[in-house]
Amino acid sequence: MAKVKSLADLKRMKEDLQSKMDLREKSNAPDSILQVKVGMATCGIASGAKEVMNFFIEESAKRGIAAVVTQTGCMGYCYAEPTIEVKMPGKDPIVFGDVDVKKADEIIEKYVKHGELVDGIIPVNYNTID
Amino acid sequence: MRDLSEHIMDIIQNSVRANASFVELEIFEDVKKDIYKLIFIDNGCGMSPEVLANVCDPFYTSRTTRKVGLGISLLKQNAEQAGGGLDIWSEEGKGTRLEVNFSHSNIDRPVLGNIAETMMLLVGANPEMDFIYKHTTSEGEYVFDTREIKEVLEEVALNDPNILVYLKEMINENINTII
Repeated sequence: MAKVKSLADLKRMKEDLQSKMDLREKSNAPDSILQVKVGMATCGIASGAKEVMNFFIEESAKRGIAAVVTQTGCMGYCYAEPTIEVKMPGKDPIVFGDVDVKKADEIIEKYVKHGELVDGIIPVNYNTID
Repeated sequence: MRDLSEHIMDIIQNSVRANASFVELEIFEDVKKDIYKLIFIDNGCGMSPEVLANVCDPFYTSRTTRKVGLGISLLKQNAEQAGGGLDIWSEEGKGTRLEVNFSHSNIDRPVLGNIAETMMLLVGANPEMDFIYKHTTSEGEYVFDTREIKEVLEEVALNDPNILVYLKEMINENINTII
């Protein structure tokens, strides 16, 4: 049987990682790196937010983008789930709606890497009617 | 919700919103006794008896962004459709315990789904919280405890994407040895 990953391997990997990067303590400087918040309430999860959040984590590891990917609750845009809020350092946060893996890839390639806006932005002053 | 791992993500969000610092998830499987049980325990703010009485009502929510709260209702419905049920105990200031029972063999019991991904996402989004995930089957037991992980990582951030991808693989491989 193949050996399964354990905490001992994690320790080795941690040391590996430490030697590669300059020990950036993310919690100390969250404003200087990309922040992605994925709406993870019932409405988001039911629309596939888990898959989208996993994609952001895996791709930022793969493409070497320094990012904090975290979760947030329901922002009231249940019809447009999964929604994500992307905050680039020094810029205002932008909320994107109906984000699937394909859209997430477009957001990383166009908005995160080159600052180009892509379709699907929910304007901040947008209100739903009760 | 497509599988149990999505329900678990959803239910634990309630603990996160209740300001819990510790959440324990236990999955207990027994094929012979036909048991498939999920137990959630947190040390969050708990609920008053009035809130507790309304918690399974889909038109009750503590949120102000929308008027429905379907998380617990959906899980309860799934459990009842699969020959089981859902019970909640809660005390204000102490925390909440939620137990969901399914019949293991029931064809309507949702599959577990990608539980490693659920745990990884929860840990990544709430690095200051502690999570325990314990899974017991007739083949053995696996315990994932973020306190152990933090001890190993020392000053390295738990929510680094490289670490998270590794944690997901670690949980996945260990779970696959017992289910």
